[in-house]
Amino acid sequence: MSFINYSSREINCKIVYYGPGLCGKTTNLQYIYNKTSPDAKGKMISLATETERTLFFDFLPLSMGDIHGFKTRFHLYTVPGQVFYDASRKLILKGVDGVVFVADSQVERMEANLESLDNLRENLEDHGFDLDKLPYVVQYNKQDLPNAAPLDELKNLLNPTGVPDFSAVAVSGDGVFTTLKAVAKLVLLELKKRR
Amino acid sequence: MEVLYEEQYQAIQATVERLYQDSNAMAILLIDKNGQEIASAGEIEGLDTTSLSSLTAGNVAATGGIAKLLAEKEFTGQFHEGEHTNIHISIVAQRIILVVLFDQRTSLGLVRLRVRKASKDIQTLLEEMSQQQQQQSKPSIFEEITDADIDNLFNDD
Ligand SMILES: Nc1nc2c(ncn2[C@@H]2O[C@H](COP(=O)(O)OP(=O)(O)OP(=O)(O)O)[C@@H](O)[C@H]2O)c(=O)[nH]1
Ligand SMILES: [Mg+2]
Repeated sequence: MSFINYSSREINCKIVYYGPGLCGKTTNLQYIYNKTSPDAKGKMISLATETERTLFFDFLPLSMGDIHGFKTRFHLYTVPGQVFYDASRKLILKGVDGVVFVADSQVERMEANLESLDNLRENLEDHGFDLDKLPYVVQYNKQDLPNAAPLDELKNLLNPTGVPDFSAVAVSGDGVFTTLKAVAKLVLLELKKRR
Repeated sequence: MEVLYEEQYQAIQATVERLYQDSNAMAILLIDKNGQEIASAGEIEGLDTTSLSSLTAGNVAATGGIAKLLAEKEFTGQFHEGEHTNIHISIVAQRIILVVLFDQRTSLGLVRLRVRKASKDIQTLLEEMSQQQQQQSKPSIFEEITDADIDNLFNDD
């Protein structure tokens, strides 16, 4: 849930990166962390297994500039993508303001993408959220791989409602900031609309 | 907590300061359940309160998840003992997390006692705040912000 603090003049929002295991959620945050100047970011926290799979969440606090004297601060979280971490995944969605669905573009991961998308919708509903009413963007990651499915197929399958979507190669950073800015913008526009 | 106005912040901050004094703690942190820091007092220089807030909220969420599995309403608090620093975590009004960091200058008993009093005070403040916010809708910063302002924020680079 966004938190507007008139005392410290801050607008705080929570963005969650969701998607199947190994799709590149953590890689998105790592790239953002590496490319952001020290004064605009806090520490990145990764609660991960020994094999660097997300165990609970990654967390990265980020400032994205001022509007009318208010600092905009975004708390970026990733969920653990592995299926059996569902209980933890659900906890991370609590109070979310915007969602990035990171899809793995590889053909053989299509079922995992669809399963994760269904799971996102269900877990949001448990918190009383409707994915269709939430600031939400889709990222087709791993576009560099030879077994990546064609974009129009990905769009058809994973973005039937036509929300803003982006192709990406998170390891090299392609599309990473485009995705982040798109969702951050939707979140602020939604906050404004609610007022 | 969705919006916090200056006067409300001052009232909460005063309560947190008082708890800091009365409990002889090292530091106090008030966090919402989503991990956003609301107020703090004490020796917080050198303390990464943003990380601490997010991890504590994650911890409380996980513990709450465990409670649910065991059909417990909620575990009311947690206490972790370190070599130099102890941490006492409790939940106020089911939605705010109160963290007390303390060392051998005080005792768990005193901390517990003062936390109980401060929790009541914070709960009262929260109730007043939600009444106020229902009665009078204050001007929002988002009345001044235009869609173009939001566009501009993301166009500069
Ligand atoms: N080729 C290629 N590899 C990528 C890309 N993005 C991420 N990877 C790799 O995919 C692997 C998994 O990436 P992570 O970011 O850890 O995946 P995750 O979604 O956080 O996975 P979980 O934490 O298990 O949910 C790593 O080895 C990354 O280097 C990409 O765009 N292209
Ligand atoms: Mg991960």
